Amino acid sequence: MLLVLAVGMTFVIITAGIDLSVGSVLVFAGVVAATVMEALGGGDATDAGPGVVIAGLVAALVGGGVWGLLNGLLVAMARIPPLIVTLGSFGAALGAAQLVTDGVDVRTVPKALRDGLGFGQTFQVPHMVALAAVVTLAGAWLLHTTRFGRRTFAVGSSAEAARRAGIPVRGHLVRVYTGVGLLAGLAGFMSLAYFGTTTISGHSTDNLNAIAAVVLGGTSLFGGVGTVFGTVIGVFIPAVLTKGFVIVGVQQFWQPVAISAVLVAAVWFDQVRRRSRDRG
Amino acid sequence: MTGSGDGTTPLLQARDLRKSYGSVQALRGASFDLAAGEVVALIGDNGAGKSTLVKCLSGVEAPDSGEIVIDGSPVVLDSPSAARAHGIETAYQDLAVAPDLDPAANLFLGRELRRPGLLGALGMLDKQRMRREAAEQFSRLGVTLQDIDVPIGSLSGGQRQSVAVARSVVWASRVVFLDEPTAALGVVQRERVLDVVRKVRDTGVAVVLISHNMPEVLAVADRIEVLRLGARVARFTASDVTLEQLVGAMTGALTQEEGR
Ligand SMILES: Nc1ncnc2c1ncn2[C@@H]1O[C@H](COP(=O)(O)OP(=O)(O)OP(=O)(O)O)[C@@H](O)[C@H]1O
Ligand SMILES: [Mg+2]
Repeated sequence: MLLVLAVGMTFVIITAGIDLSVGSVLVFAGVVAATVMEALGGGDATDAGPGVVIAGLVAALVGGGVWGLLNGLLVAMARIPPLIVTLGSFGAALGAAQLVTDGVDVRTVPKALRDGLGFGQTFQVPHMVALAAVVTLAGAWLLHTTRFGRRTFAVGSSAEAARRAGIPVRGHLVRVYTGVGLLAGLAGFMSLAYFGTTTISGHSTDNLNAIAAVVLGGTSLFGGVGTVFGTVIGVFIPAVLTKGFVIVGVQQFWQPVAISAVLVAAVWFDQVRRRSRDRG
Repeated sequence: MTGSGDGTTPLLQARDLRKSYGSVQALRGASFDLAAGEVVALIGDNGAGKSTLVKCLSGVEAPDSGEIVIDGSPVVLDSPSAARAHGIETAYQDLAVAPDLDPAANLFLGRELRRPGLLGALGMLDKQRMRREAAEQFSRLGVTLQDIDVPIGSLSGGQRQSVAVARSVVWASRVVFLDEPTAALGVVQRERVLDVVRKVRDTGVAVVLISHNMPEVLAVADRIEVLRLGARVARFTASDVTLEQLVGAMTGALTQEEGR
């Protein structure tokens, strides 16, 4: 799930933007999906069939996409800094999710979804992992081989140069933010499948984790530079560090400290690189 | 008034353009004329409004008032794409390229080539072909780059400028604006750009050259238009103008016409 969020985040950060709202949008999409499935299942979705599950997926994607679209419109058209826009939707999406459920987690999730996606395996490969891998590969393909990806880099590198080259910068930003919203919606649906409940309060630091993974993976917060492959590495660095700490017997509370240090170092390297380049 | 002289409709005209940035009036009734296939130098002191005029004529900035006329009919250039659609290309003085992209990507920025067939329909780029064609164009236009695969931001200022000039020249079908294309260039590259200007003119594309270098202007331009304080103050034919006249026009000692 974090990987799915981080792939989307890679695109946003390459446009020199940021999306703080992903965790809340994930929750909102999960809540919408769970509520829809529950309603279609007549108050208890546990035994619902595949039709209801698909309706839930659509609801999650719509719920995520709408927040992404809103973010994109505010960033691109109203020209409000992405930090502020998505800080707003970070709070608003979570609030909206709580309004929908009165703050109580929805607990009836179709068994078909839990067994199919949440715990399902084919040839030892968990379906959750397979789905995340597919999303990652699709993201890498989109970013590194298509016109959409090329323009994402261009917009982040110099929005004005991109505009002067005839690239519809605003429309492109709207599409990038909407895409992130859709991915957050998908992640919300995956979360539902995995946890079997909406976990409203469990995603308050997803945004920071995703941003940290992207930055650790070598994507520049200033835009124009980055890879999906790096982000994949960045997602696994914290887990690897935790493992390593366990093996060498260091208290696990050092893990966030170490991650933060590496993060700050990564941004610093980026600065140094940028400065030495711009001297040219 | 010299105008287009021979009675044919001029290719591109600006009439009485005004543009303010807050309290700064960058253009105060600027006019400009361009006929097909000529090289016109646009000169004027720093801050005279040359770059602003070029931006208005390339769709980057919208003038507050005034009229832009192409082939005798008024047009609205409300976006860079609108200007491009009229065959107008521009090498901007600043913010011309995306620094994190390589020279080939910059050459094809906004006009990316896609693969043939289904993959192209899905948006996949034909990177090999763009790279190959970019390399051809760069060598044809005398842009020397040791490495064509590095981000353009890591090139020297002159190389960056050369790439921006190459891009405008490659795509233009009717008009090229070059906003101080030689400002950061060494002697050899400068001569190359002037050669390119002549070559482009020979293909029938009109060139507007902005420069502070008077010998260069006199060497390559057919006509010279002088901008001062946001308005055109004089027009000359390059063959019968003196350096004193040009300097006089730029400093305000000599005025042929007033901003209307
Ligand atoms: N984006 C902007 N915001 C505010 N003021 C601007 C902007 N662009 C230009 N100006 C102002 O408009 C005036 C004309 O600027 P312009 O860049 O057109 O001059 P120029 O003739 O190209 O000068 P130079 O020879 O130095 O390039 C200047 O006073 C400048 O300060
Ligand atoms: Mg200028």
